[in-house]
Amino acid sequence: MMLDALHLARAQFAFTMSFHFLFPAFSIGLASYLMVLEGLWLKTSNSLYLDLFKYWLKIFAVVFGMGVVSGIVISYQFGTNWSAYSNRAGPIIGPLMAYEVLTAFFLEAGFLGVMLFGMSKVGKGLHFFATCMVALGTLISATWIISVNSWMQTPAGFSVAANGQFVPSGSWWPIIFTASFPYRLAHTVIAAYLTTAFTVGGVGAWHLLEDKTNLQARKMFSMAMWMAALVAPVQILAGDQHGLNTLEHQPVKVLAMEGDFEASPDGAPLVLFGFPSEKDATVHDRIAIPHLGSLILRHDAHAPLPGLTDYRRDRWPPVAVVFWSFRIMVGLGMLMLSLGLWSLLARARKRLYDWRLLHRAAVLMGPAGFAAVIAGWVTTEVGRQPYTVYGQLLTADSLSPLAAPAVGTSLVMFVLVYFTVFGAGAAYIVRMMGRLPTGEELEPPHIPQHAAGITPASAIDLPPAGVS
Amino acid sequence: MSLDLAIVWALILAFVILAYVVMDGFDLGIGILFPTLEVGPERDRAMNAIAPVWDGNETWLVLGGGALLAAFPLAYSIILPATYPLMIAMLLGLLFRGVAFEFRWRDPLQRKYWDAAFALGSLVAAFSQGITVGTILQGIRVVNGAYAGGWLDWLSPFTVLTGVSVVLGYALLGSTWLIWKTDGAGQVHARRLAMKLAIGTVVAMAAVSVATPYLHYDYWRRWFSMPNVLFTAQVPLLVLVTSAIFVWSLRRGAERLPFLMTLALFVLNFVGLSISVFPYLVPRAVTIWDAAAPASSQRFMLAGVSVIMPVIIAYTGWAYWVFRGKAGTHGYH
Repeated sequence: MMLDALHLARAQFAFTMSFHFLFPAFSIGLASYLMVLEGLWLKTSNSLYLDLFKYWLKIFAVVFGMGVVSGIVISYQFGTNWSAYSNRAGPIIGPLMAYEVLTAFFLEAGFLGVMLFGMSKVGKGLHFFATCMVALGTLISATWIISVNSWMQTPAGFSVAANGQFVPSGSWWPIIFTASFPYRLAHTVIAAYLTTAFTVGGVGAWHLLEDKTNLQARKMFSMAMWMAALVAPVQILAGDQHGLNTLEHQPVKVLAMEGDFEASPDGAPLVLFGFPSEKDATVHDRIAIPHLGSLILRHDAHAPLPGLTDYRRDRWPPVAVVFWSFRIMVGLGMLMLSLGLWSLLARARKRLYDWRLLHRAAVLMGPAGFAAVIAGWVTTEVGRQPYTVYGQLLTADSLSPLAAPAVGTSLVMFVLVYFTVFGAGAAYIVRMMGRLPTGEELEPPHIPQHAAGITPASAIDLPPAGVS
Repeated sequence: MSLDLAIVWALILAFVILAYVVMDGFDLGIGILFPTLEVGPERDRAMNAIAPVWDGNETWLVLGGGALLAAFPLAYSIILPATYPLMIAMLLGLLFRGVAFEFRWRDPLQRKYWDAAFALGSLVAAFSQGITVGTILQGIRVVNGAYAGGWLDWLSPFTVLTGVSVVLGYALLGSTWLIWKTDGAGQVHARRLAMKLAIGTVVAMAAVSVATPYLHYDYWRRWFSMPNVLFTAQVPLLVLVTSAIFVWSLRRGAERLPFLMTLALFVLNFVGLSISVFPYLVPRAVTIWDAAAPASSQRFMLAGVSVIMPVIIAYTGWAYWVFRGKAGTHGYH
């Protein structure tokens, strides 16, 4: 591969974006989980929920912080590395991203301080409100950014001005709600919830292996396994619908995912495995089930499907990448479903908390959500190539007027810094997760940061959490 | 009609940048001053004085980038490549200091490294921002609506001077914030720092002000031709008045006035900058009208801003109010 500015800039975006995506994938789900825990605590007064809330709040703070700083990098990278794209697509994507900042980022940031540090300052109800606002903020943020991404995948509602800019042709509704938006949003948000569920489940299982009587570990494991059992099937359904939508709007992407180089007039097979070669336009050593591909994609075993060779070769995405990342995502999805079903069986047999093999499997599957999210993102983004705005603007025409050494240097810097900083962050998170959750969580959000409004005596002698 | 919108958006952008500078300025400043603070309670309190609000403060930077992209995409697509290494350095600096807020509490053995990362990251981010301001003032090479220079064109004695000025100014904001939010030995220390930093900041501001008109004749005319000078001369006059109140309030032992006067200095600086630059976004190359996004984009966002911005200001104010008063030494960590 040629190491020109274009490839370096693409590598940089893929690298910084993949890293960034890990954090919101976790914090979207975790924020909602914290909201549920605090809500349950307020409703039942069961301090078990408060213990779990405090346990995960500290982890959330670290994850959220890393998400913020890696996100700022992304928001400026559009301009530094992709200025031609920014100028041409700015009038469309700019307002959507500005709305994300206005409606989501400020909401999260404004209430995060109170959520983390303010429990002793604002009363329970108001604190719960702050937690809800942070959770709501993560979801609003996901909505806007998925809207931007969906417009890039299935652009609509625009015309091209004389200066080359994409400009709104009328109403903003068709721009915000493009054809792929609802499917992509559902698939992504559910993925974030599943990622969190499997992480929480993995941590719970780890502690159950150590001490199966630990009440906090039991509660988090049970909650996570309900999510796995109930939400994994929903996600597979959402993924199927998203795939059908993609076939309609971006058939080339789906053909690359499936490894269908040749047209299949009598129904396409489902390629389970093989080695796609763009050069030979075929999948080597292929293992395939006849007609199943058409059955899945068209719900008719004999429905014809086109092949990649029906399209211009220079408009193919990198087939092997899309082919493999798709299989990784689907494979992990199936494993998640299996674990969820297994947990139902364990529940029925009343062995949820002492089936060690199940716990070991859950620990192993702890990071599965992250891997699936990245694999899925690679599938959809690499599958959009060679365009930034699908069918409208080539990636090659989106680049900043930069010399390769500038982009290369910054890429090396990002790689070094990200591995150091986020490596340390991951280590801290794993260490926090390794601590057995007990009833005596270190007094977290209660110790006041500031003395205002509280007499010195009460600042020292604060009642423990849950005592009111 | 589109003319009006461009001016409205220029004003909004100016407000956002100013909001960023005055809010993130003091927490970057505390980062810059961190190495001078004593290890232990003095550092912990300084950290706690900004921990609940820094994330919100930095969000104004994201909004600034977003608003520039959305309202003036052409300017965004020129300025960012022109300041490429500065932007990368700023982002990496913000990254290091941002994670330090949490990481420093996680492992006492590694705390000194994260404290160093916090300080260095803050310094690099502030210096990069200052150089960027200087780069825009000194001009950017634009051909056919795209950046046409090299990747180190921004470097000059003038831009280094603006970089140093912003570092000093942010440090001054940080020290006066510490005067407000701490007491005891830490506050005494902050007062001493504030006086030195104020002298440094005013000297640096004066140097930038003297140098700017020599960058280009256009700047000279804006500031010194009649009748402009009757208006522009108010800016240095007000700087003098503000500085005098600052010194008086610091000597008198006031806790809030030094910070507020420093904010006033930043506002005056910003007005001075606007006098030099307006109506250009990239001086002498791209005006706000050249760069304006189509009216439909600007109008769509304006609707959102006019409704949501007051709400943001309200709950941001509430968050500050919740954490009013002196900072403690304990986090929730």
